[in-house]
Amino acid sequence: MPSLTDLANPTRFMRLSAALLPWMAGAATILLAIGFYLAWFVAPADYQQGETIRIMFVHVPAAWLALMLYTMMAVSALGTLVWRHPLADVAQKAAAPIGAAFSLICLLTGAFWGKPMWGTYWVWDARLTSVLVLLLIYLGIIALWRALDDSGRAGRAVAILTLVGFVNVPIIKFSVDWWNTLHQPASVFRADGPTIHPAMLWPLLILALGFTLLALALHLAAMRAEIMRRRVRTLTILEAERHDRLAMQGLPA
Amino acid sequence: MSGLGPHAAFILASYGAAALVLGSLIVAILRDHRAQARALAALEQRGAGRRDRSGA
Repeated sequence: MPSLTDLANPTRFMRLSAALLPWMAGAATILLAIGFYLAWFVAPADYQQGETIRIMFVHVPAAWLALMLYTMMAVSALGTLVWRHPLADVAQKAAAPIGAAFSLICLLTGAFWGKPMWGTYWVWDARLTSVLVLLLIYLGIIALWRALDDSGRAGRAVAILTLVGFVNVPIIKFSVDWWNTLHQPASVFRADGPTIHPAMLWPLLILALGFTLLALALHLAAMRAEIMRRRVRTLTILEAERHDRLAMQGLPA
Repeated sequence: MSGLGPHAAFILASYGAAALVLGSLIVAILRDHRAQARALAALEQRGAGRRDRSGA
């Protein structure tokens, strides 16, 4: 089992991730297929919400992943600032668009669920607003990465912003307990156990695992692309310097 | 469609939006991965990383 220090070597990371990626993508595809089959053809309609409960099977995993990816980014930010792990800022940069996508899915599916159940697509309550803030933080982080050319400086600036923004994660989680919101309280991760019937809980958990594996596979692929982008940048500079030197000596490139 | 009850449009819109966002994300990451791999292979084929013969 490779340690974090072993993975600090980008060449080793590229080799290991190339071997892992097809397995993760395959497992994600199988779990999502099983999960959606159970969610659509086995799980019953809800006695109150009817068929709109099908939206839960996408909405809830998207919400969990939006939070999980931000937490991963906060750990990577510590890796950048404290341990100076060479792949930490790569991991952080690669996770941001994926986390933003799941936040957006959470907000969109929540709006489409809210309209028939609450009578409105949107309400400025604590849970909905804090998730919107999460999406805006993700977008701010992506913008900051693009604004700074030096990846070292960008990595440190983004790491600080990520750690400051992490205060929003417990606010999202506990917003339904701390404030009187339209959004229902937690029904899976509770001290007294889940309040969802197993016929709905199992598809939800299988889909959550499938989406998690998909997100991790995408994260690995995005990290690989970022490592290659940095290598391309370095080699392009080296090539240009070599051409300059040869031109000064009057030799062909 | 009728099996989804009176709120079918909201259910389908949810799944459609999720598929669109996730599909776009997957395509963007795979295209970026392929583009970087191609650029890196081209640079390595040109010997961009090796030292020149002058020893400079």
